[in-house]
Amino acid sequence: MELLCPAGNLPSLRAAVDAGANSVYLGFRDATNARHFAGLNFSDRDIVRGIEYAHQRQCKVLIALNTYPQPAGWKLWTAAVDRAADLGADTLILADTGLLDYAAERWPQLELHLSVQASATNPEALRLYHRLFGIKRAVLPRVLSARQVVQVAEQSPVPVEVFGFGSLCVMVEGRCLLSSYLTGRSPNTYGACSPGSHVRWQETPAGLESRLNGVLIDRYGAGEKAAYPTLCKGRFQVGEHTYYALEEPSSLNSIELLPLLYRAGVAAIKVEGRQRSPAYVARVTAVMRAAIDACARDPDGFRPDLAWQQSLAAVSEGTQTTLGAYHRSWQ
Amino acid sequence: MKLSLGPLQYFWPREQVLAFYAEAADWPLETVYLGEVVCPKRRELRLGDWLEIAGRLQAAGKEVVLSSLALLEAGSELGALRKLCRNGRFLVEANDMAAVGILGQCGLPFVGGPTLNIYNQRTLSVLRAQGMTRWVLPFELSGATAADLVAAADADCPCEVFAWGRIPLAWSARCYTARAEDKPKDHCDLACLADPDGRLLRTREGEPFLALNGIQTQSALTQDLAPWLDELRAAGVAFLRLSPQSQGMAEVVSHFDRLCREGDDRGALDALAALAPVGTCDGYWRGAPGMERAGIS
Repeated sequence: MELLCPAGNLPSLRAAVDAGANSVYLGFRDATNARHFAGLNFSDRDIVRGIEYAHQRQCKVLIALNTYPQPAGWKLWTAAVDRAADLGADTLILADTGLLDYAAERWPQLELHLSVQASATNPEALRLYHRLFGIKRAVLPRVLSARQVVQVAEQSPVPVEVFGFGSLCVMVEGRCLLSSYLTGRSPNTYGACSPGSHVRWQETPAGLESRLNGVLIDRYGAGEKAAYPTLCKGRFQVGEHTYYALEEPSSLNSIELLPLLYRAGVAAIKVEGRQRSPAYVARVTAVMRAAIDACARDPDGFRPDLAWQQSLAAVSEGTQTTLGAYHRSWQ
Repeated sequence: MKLSLGPLQYFWPREQVLAFYAEAADWPLETVYLGEVVCPKRRELRLGDWLEIAGRLQAAGKEVVLSSLALLEAGSELGALRKLCRNGRFLVEANDMAAVGILGQCGLPFVGGPTLNIYNQRTLSVLRAQGMTRWVLPFELSGATAADLVAAADADCPCEVFAWGRIPLAWSARCYTARAEDKPKDHCDLACLADPDGRLLRTREGEPFLALNGIQTQSALTQDLAPWLDELRAAGVAFLRLSPQSQGMAEVVSHFDRLCREGDDRGALDALAALAPVGTCDGYWRGAPGMERAGIS
């Protein structure tokens, strides 16, 4: 079971490689990937240096091109596929059907993974992507329970990869338009959710308010810890109640499920967080490395180490972690 | 442009569903989409019931399409999907790639639903090769993109646009209706049966924002593209999809029918907009945030 870690820039890439990642994933500085944030991502020159650094240490580099090009942007996306191949990426992570078709035809020798943004939750969908584009691996959306992950892994024509740690999308990835409904920009079209360009913080007599394109996402009383206004993690009113109607600010942590995922033949555990710091990447990579190694040594005797869990909780959203959909009760 | 009645997004009691489609048989619609697209636990009607309704609508001169679930998680849901795809009589709307896979391998034609994410011409061609004969524009795409895509698509693979209804914005493993009642999803008691148009979610300032519909999250505002019929026609859109709501649907259909045939009528546009549960929006079509409303042109 491999460990795949995020790299938002060269220092993060080095941190992941040094802390024991088997592979790292990254993106270009534009809307062709789902972490299109200001100041983040790689120039071509940094990609070359990153690939060199990783390859010298037996670590693979995957390039994410996992947004959905529209006719006006088509050439930018296909050029990104060509650049990624030319620069020597080991694998491309793609979501869009048209772009998969382009990459499979233009670069038949290049390994393609199906991005979580393709929303493929079941073996039948995976068979289609495998039949049409020869995908070698698929990343499963974070909506499946652990039992469902095991079933899909059993029946999938290709190995599957699942998220092990990081920010949690509570909606099926690739089919969530909440962000474009508010701001005009979504993960699919623009590579960002709840983009910083539309965030406004304001001190008011009622408390500190966070807004996204003018819409109130949350309001904090004295002593309450404010969170980034990701719109599915705000507090809203339904009937008489004001609460986290969709999800609390928290991060996914699946360490305790590692033996189950290991036995199910899951190919890789993915860490979310290209937008986070090199320190985050170093810490999470080291913890997940230790946990995966412990699991591989003795899956039956595996127990999550308290120090690992504390270390991960400290870098989690709202300093809370959850098993998310892996645990049926969350649903 | 022709009118279609989109698949019912909500969970209504059986009698209400039967009465709704009995009425719809007389509405000026070309196509009616039938079936459960949101939650497999909603079983007021089974496939056999939907096929009966389909038969009656077909006898009334409607084209009938059976819509598939958008989010498939369990093996049993794939079994049900295979049955739906191999119904032998009616066209199917594929709302997940699983359906495309099954239909493509059976050599059956299909409508590409809005959640297949058809964002570009190459995706259109791939799905066309699998048997797609009509496609629905993804909700968040603009009129300009629609026009580009229609121009690139085969003439016998027409485009349908979501012209009326609360916009399905997201799907989740979690049921937000059950969560609102502090119930686990496995013991939801089918709470969404009480919300014939979804359950309104407001911001802490009281602004209507979203509508919770089980595992689906919708916009609180109703997307209303009636003020943009000339643009829709110019973009080459062939079908306008009207999404069922519990009140006033006959009037919604009749307003669209008249506006399509007779052109702009301020009074009819206002009367139509007044039928939305809490207000209307049209931002996506204009390339703006979906929640925005330009006002009537």
